[in-house]
Amino acid sequence: MPRELAIEATGLVKAFGATRAVDGVDLAVPAGAVYGVLGPNGAGKTTTIRMLATLLRPDAGSACVLGHDVVGEADAVRGAISLTGQLASVDEELTGRENLVLIARLLGLGRAAARARADELLEAFGISGAAGRLVKNYSGGMRRRLDIAASLVVTPPLLFLDEPTTGLDPRSRTQVWEIARALVAEGTTILLCTQYLEEADQLADGLVVIDRGRVIAEGTPGQLRSSAGSGSLHVRLIDPEQRPEAARGLEQAVGPVVLEPDGAALSAACEDAARAAAGVAELARAGVALADFSLGRPSLDEVFLALTGHLAADAAPVPEEQPS
Amino acid sequence: MTATSAASGTTDTVAVRRAIASTPRPPRPGRLATALTFGWRGILKIKHVPEQLLDVTLTPVMFVLMFTYLFGGAIAGSTGAYLQYVLPGILVMSVLFTTVYSGVTLNTDLTKGVVDRFRSLPVWRPAPLLGALLGDSVRYVIAGTVILVLGFVLGWRPDGGLPGALAALGLVVVFSFGLSWVFTVMGLLLRAPNAVLNAGFTVLFPLTFLSNVFVDPATLPGPLRAFVEVNPISVLVTATRSLVDGAPDGTAVAVSLAVAAALAAVFLPITTRLYRSR
Repeated sequence: MPRELAIEATGLVKAFGATRAVDGVDLAVPAGAVYGVLGPNGAGKTTTIRMLATLLRPDAGSACVLGHDVVGEADAVRGAISLTGQLASVDEELTGRENLVLIARLLGLGRAAARARADELLEAFGISGAAGRLVKNYSGGMRRRLDIAASLVVTPPLLFLDEPTTGLDPRSRTQVWEIARALVAEGTTILLCTQYLEEADQLADGLVVIDRGRVIAEGTPGQLRSSAGSGSLHVRLIDPEQRPEAARGLEQAVGPVVLEPDGAALSAACEDAARAAAGVAELARAGVALADFSLGRPSLDEVFLALTGHLAADAAPVPEEQPS
Repeated sequence: MTATSAASGTTDTVAVRRAIASTPRPPRPGRLATALTFGWRGILKIKHVPEQLLDVTLTPVMFVLMFTYLFGGAIAGSTGAYLQYVLPGILVMSVLFTTVYSGVTLNTDLTKGVVDRFRSLPVWRPAPLLGALLGDSVRYVIAGTVILVLGFVLGWRPDGGLPGALAALGLVVVFSFGLSWVFTVMGLLLRAPNAVLNAGFTVLFPLTFLSNVFVDPATLPGPLRAFVEVNPISVLVTATRSLVDGAPDGTAVAVSLAVAAALAAVFLPITTRLYRSR
């Protein structure tokens, strides 16, 4: 028997003025796992989440979240989900504890129960020391943990995590990942929007790749990566001016080259270490000075190049926020 | 050292698991309880950022002092006599000016992610707005109280005594609660908090000055006087004066309340609809 679906969306469309931010997205998210929505900035990830979380009404298409229609049964959907938005969805002018007590009270906990629940979460998420401080004075990692804690005041069957680790340091990122894993172990389904292939790799069992408002690929992170070749040679130059020269050299010695958003970095799909070594040797011969190089997994950019023929950074910028 | 490293750093996986395992969903709270919870949020903000009260108290204080001592002698013959006349008017003005900030706060809120969370919660839809205005009402009471106390210090002695003054304050706060919905609509339509502030005062400033707040309309030329007399703010000021004088003008009070109810009836639904579709 196939696994139950937590989210089933067909043909979701949302346009802001002339731009179709989401242009016919289908999703089938199995319950009880992390499902990734991978894509660059402006691909339509946030708009998709906002429609599924009943914050935006789709222009066309339909979506069922845990068996409830997002338009017709919006209230029932809200009763089963939590949203951790791209902007931290907490009140910066309140303290951490007040934020959690507020949500707890709104969900129906009594005064004492709300305070107890807030303290339990603050403790578990390592924020108890800052519980009485205003959130605007929190570090990025603390704010993000508080944000997730606010989503878990009552553990939801479905949690939306919109770029939960963007802008976080590696340690905070690992902590967020641990929380996500713990949630899934307890039976929560997570829809994870991310720009990072590595994050999808770490957490997601399945994922879709979105570009310009459309789903362009679906599969496991492994399948996706192999579509871009099993690995790639990453090179960072000391002098960005030399990048055209470096690109020519790598093109010859290794294969198709991707210029990364970082002006000093580029990479080339590369299956084996010997060819990577040849590439590095070629650069040395051409007099290109390297800051560092590595043989590793393909980046989102490379996956994008393989899937779409264009780079993630070149994707047409589509406003994620409704113009107001 | 041990305390800080435990408190300010890491998530404890075991504790996280325990915390997320044991939460049965409680029954949903009632509408009023939800609105009051949002009102509590508004009051917490006043507590954490008391500076914002300066905005709404300094200007009226300045107006009381300026009009009483600069123009009072010329307008009413003596500053003492003018204070008796102008203070209820300035009470109205200062509280009404505060209502613009309801729109400004709402607009500021919308730029933050927290509104997304509120809108994704299974709560009564108008509750965040209603609660915000309940919280704002506390601000109205504070602004009004500042004026009453200042008047008393300067020698204002209302014939209606404390009960009259409190009744007047109550009327003004209720009226402001109705008027606020006009500014929440502006707060939802305009792009930036400053635009709301400017638009709000562009409406309120002329309406307040072209009223009987500062001068007796009997002294005005015909057409202006006609406008001043139908201006709802004049009616509210007349009602307020009658209450502080201890001789309530039933018609003016009733008309003021009706205007407030009408404003709320028109602009509250618009506000909720705009808030929902943002």
